[in-house]
Amino acid sequence: MAIPKAKLRASKQEATNEWLAGRAMPAGGAWATAARKEAVERVRALTLPTKRDEYWKYTDPTSLTAAEAPEASLFEITDEGAVFEQIDRVRLVFVDGVFDAAASDDPSLAGVEITRLAEAAGNDIHWAKDYYGVLEAAGQSPVERPLAAFNTAFADDGVLIRATGKAEKPVSLIYERGEKAGDAMLHHVIRVEPGAELTVLENGPAAARFSQVMEVDVADGGRLHHVRAQGRDHERRAVTHLFARLGEESTLKSFTLVANGRLTRNEAVVWLQGENGAAHISGASMGDGEFLGDDTVFVTHSAPHCESRQVFKKVLRGGAVGVFQGKILVEQPAQKTDGYQISQSLLFDERSQFLAKPELEIYADDVQCSHGSTSGEIDPDHLFYMRARGIPQAEAESLLVLAFIAEAIEEIEDETLAEDIRARLSRWLERRRA
Amino acid sequence: MLEINNLHAQLEEDADVKILKGLDLKVEAGKVHAIMGPNGSGKSTLAYVLSGRDGYEVTEGSATLEGNDILDMEPEVRATHGLFLAFQYPVEIPGVGNMTFLREAVNAQRKARGDDEISSADFLKLVREKAKSLKIEPEMLKRAVNTGFSGGEKKRNEILHMAMLEPKMCILDETDSGLDVDAMKLVAEGVNALRTPDRGFLVITHYQRLLNHIKPDVVHIMSDGRIIKTGGPELALEVEENGYADLLGEVA
Ligand SMILES: Nc1ncnc2c1ncn2[C@@H]1O[C@H](COP(=O)(O)OP(=O)(O)O)[C@@H](O)[C@H]1O
Ligand SMILES: [Mg+2]
Repeated sequence: MAIPKAKLRASKQEATNEWLAGRAMPAGGAWATAARKEAVERVRALTLPTKRDEYWKYTDPTSLTAAEAPEASLFEITDEGAVFEQIDRVRLVFVDGVFDAAASDDPSLAGVEITRLAEAAGNDIHWAKDYYGVLEAAGQSPVERPLAAFNTAFADDGVLIRATGKAEKPVSLIYERGEKAGDAMLHHVIRVEPGAELTVLENGPAAARFSQVMEVDVADGGRLHHVRAQGRDHERRAVTHLFARLGEESTLKSFTLVANGRLTRNEAVVWLQGENGAAHISGASMGDGEFLGDDTVFVTHSAPHCESRQVFKKVLRGGAVGVFQGKILVEQPAQKTDGYQISQSLLFDERSQFLAKPELEIYADDVQCSHGSTSGEIDPDHLFYMRARGIPQAEAESLLVLAFIAEAIEEIEDETLAEDIRARLSRWLERRRA
Repeated sequence: MLEINNLHAQLEEDADVKILKGLDLKVEAGKVHAIMGPNGSGKSTLAYVLSGRDGYEVTEGSATLEGNDILDMEPEVRATHGLFLAFQYPVEIPGVGNMTFLREAVNAQRKARGDDEISSADFLKLVREKAKSLKIEPEMLKRAVNTGFSGGEKKRNEILHMAMLEPKMCILDETDSGLDVDAMKLVAEGVNALRTPDRGFLVITHYQRLLNHIKPDVVHIMSDGRIIKTGGPELALEVEENGYADLLGEVA
């Protein structure tokens, strides 16, 4: 029996109000407090997500909105160094969602200004006020993202990064888990000034339940590379949002590796607003057993001659679930748009599943857009050929998995970083053979 | 080297399709045996059953390599025991580099035999050397396994794999098909270079012409899942002149 809409709405509202009631907004100066207050109102108006919402059909948000974070044990790997370890970078370490200056590198880096949100929020004015919560608010339409608004309202730490030139090294955000179980919330703002270039790395689980928002503004001619390897604790949950606005001739390349984790919802909302912009959003997911990896991507082309790519590969076994919801929206002025979207899964068994919702919505008449979504298995002919040459089955499967994922990894421009991600994948596969 | 006795095999999913119907064959070390036979006689099935491909069920008989029963071994174990099959239709594997593949295969076999892995430098040197003698462009080594290769390139690549893996028992399934004369000579040279007193060859072919370049010691005629006649190289010439019809009639 269908529940009447009004009644549903009322119960959603009630749950949302209740959820908000118990929470204190972090203390801060004028700009941050204003942004947070508006965000609270957004949450109230949008209400918390439920499985009935259009973009939460495949991923049940219940555990993300539950009052308490479900427990998640730490996954300790002793025989393998952390990802990006070999990369010369500026490390900024957060433990349980709180910046740890002692564990971090000196944040001074030529061409880059780095401020901690918890500090900047105390000021009455800061450059980040033009972005903090602003891009997130813009991203609430046409699809609602209440968990992002919630993050804007209550996150009390994160970094505000402004690149003014070509950064010498990547800025590496490391999310460790300490004593505190439960939740962590981080909110970052990245502004790439005209012609500037920056690489941002992220890794680590942060918490049993992690909420993260990254608001990005890439000005004309700017370039931002973003490579992240999310935490591998098996039971951890994460919901992340990337909001990115791109100017003329600018580039954003964002790649995410998800290996393990009970639930990962990564949303990306990208606006191509100047001519000749390029946005590549890509990812590889590896799930075995109780795993759900959800990529929900929305790219809007508003200006002509822009290029966007969405490339997602998911390797699923033991009942793992992969979700991809990807949209390319081409507005009327965005002639000569080149849009590409591919989402593919490699299923190891019948219990695992891939749920995909690829969408194209095009209002310009002279565009080139393609999208595709497939689910497949390892080709037995490939496997036999390899085994007949002496490669054991498990190793042959690993090679085939890496081949399957290759297209997504090729989206990473920096070969050293790509190699690091490949190594990480190989080790994940190796552990499964042991 | 390779000894096959009364081998019977049928399709796994359809027991009514019986393909090998009591096949006997013995290939000695240092010898080249050829199997000729009309299409559909079961030549490729024999190669697949020996190398362990899924989809066939052996209902009777045996096959041993140097005295070891191979039929119960996994395909990769057969390979480490020295069995090699050059495929009639080499498989394209997009995304897996030919070099990566070869290095994995060489090292997997070494590891399985308890030997050390080959160093990257030694491997590179070796593979370049062997590729050169088969006129395989370095660029072909960088490409994905057989992906986008011409028919001739695929067959030469099979021989390259064989040369790198140095198997004891080489089965070549219609390695001549789809090759022009020059390519066939290259392939034959590649094979001949590997002829040693401790290595056996089973060369499956539909036509006699390959046997002008790879001189067989023994020629078998296969029909309907059995070896129906065995002789010397002259048997191949007989097929060339008179076709299979006469031979088959003679036996029937
Ligand atoms: N996987 C298969 N499915 C169906 N029929 C098969 C299969 N493999 C072999 N056969 C049948 O077995 C017979 C022998 O095939 P094959 O071994 O390929 O012969 P050859 O290599 O001598 O041409 C043919 O009639 C072929 O159709
Ligand atoms: Mg055949």
